[in-house]
Amino acid sequence: MKRLLPFIVFMLMVVLFGFGIWWNTRHDPNAITSPLLDKPAPEFALPKLYEPDQQVSKTDLLGQPYLLNVFGSWCIECGVEHPVLTAAAPTLGVQLVGYNYKDAPADAKAWLARHGNPYGLLIADEKGDTAIDFGVYGAPESFLVDAKGVIRYKHIGPITAEVMANEVKPAIAAMLKEAP
Amino acid sequence: MSRRLLVLLAALWLGAGLAHAQAIEPMPFADRAQEVRFQHLTAELRCPMCQNETLADSNAPIARDLRNQIFKMMQQGRSDDEIKQYLVERYSNFVLYDPPLGTGTALLWFGPLLILIAGAGVVLVAIRRRGAAATNNESQPGPGPADLGDDW
Repeated sequence: MKRLLPFIVFMLMVVLFGFGIWWNTRHDPNAITSPLLDKPAPEFALPKLYEPDQQVSKTDLLGQPYLLNVFGSWCIECGVEHPVLTAAAPTLGVQLVGYNYKDAPADAKAWLARHGNPYGLLIADEKGDTAIDFGVYGAPESFLVDAKGVIRYKHIGPITAEVMANEVKPAIAAMLKEAP
Repeated sequence: MSRRLLVLLAALWLGAGLAHAQAIEPMPFADRAQEVRFQHLTAELRCPMCQNETLADSNAPIARDLRNQIFKMMQQGRSDDEIKQYLVERYSNFVLYDPPLGTGTALLWFGPLLILIAGAGVVLVAIRRRGAAATNNESQPGPGPADLGDDW
C-alpha cells in the first residue's frame, strides 16, 4: 500500500489534468455565458445601414422572432460564418437581422457588396454603445430573440456549419414549437 | 559627463512615463479624486475580451468603450456599486476580479481552505506515525536514534 501511494497520487493528478484538458477542448474558454439569456432584450433604437434616417427600435421588431447577428467588416471570423449564414438564411424560419458593430457604414456596405447580403434587415451601431446593453464584447455574436422580445439563445464566435446544425437550428425549432 | 548622463536618463524616464500615459487616452476628469477612483475601479474589473487583463490595462476596443461608459456614469454621479451592477447585468460576474460568494463561486472561495485542511491532515498523520515509530524504537534495542525520521 505504501509503495503504491505515489502511483495513486500520480494517477489522481493524471485524472485531474486530463479533465482540465478535456474541459477546455469542449467549450470556448473565451465565451462568457450571458446573464441576458431568457431575459427581455434591451431597448434600442438604431438607424438602418442603408437608410440611416430610418430608425429601428426593439418595439418595431416585436411580434416576429429574429436572429440578430453582430458583425463588422473588420472582423475576420465574420467572414468565416458569412457563407454559413448566407446558406441557412432562406430556410432559417426566422428573420436574419444584421447588426453592424463599430464599423464605418461605407466599409460595411463594401463588405456586403463583396460577400453578399443575407440579412432581411440591417441596423448599424457605429459607436458600439447599444452593443454594451446587449453584453456584446466582440464580433461575431448572435442572439435569438423570440416574438415577445426575449433572448432565447446566444452564440459567441462564428456560427460554423456544426454550430448552425447542432445549436442554432434546434434553438429556433424549440422556440417555434413553443410559440408558433 | 555624469551630469549629461543624468539628463539623458531623466529624459528617457520622462519619455517612458509619457508613452505609458498615452497608451490609454486621457479623460477630462472633474478632479484628482475622481481620477483616482476611476483608476481604482477599472483596475478591479476584468476585460471580457482579453480575459487576463483589467479594464484599466486593456487596449481591446470593448475595454475602451467600457472605460468611456464608466467615465460617463461617473460624471452622472453613479456610485462604484451601481457601475459594477451595470456591468454585471450585461457581462455577468465574469467582469469582477472580486466575485461575490454564491453557489457557483463557493469552491473558488473555500477551495484554498479545503486544500489547507487536507494538507494539515496529511501533516498530522505523518507526525503521529513518526511519533509512534520513535516510541517503538525507544522501547526496542537496536539501531540508535540516528535513523529516526528517515522513513520518508
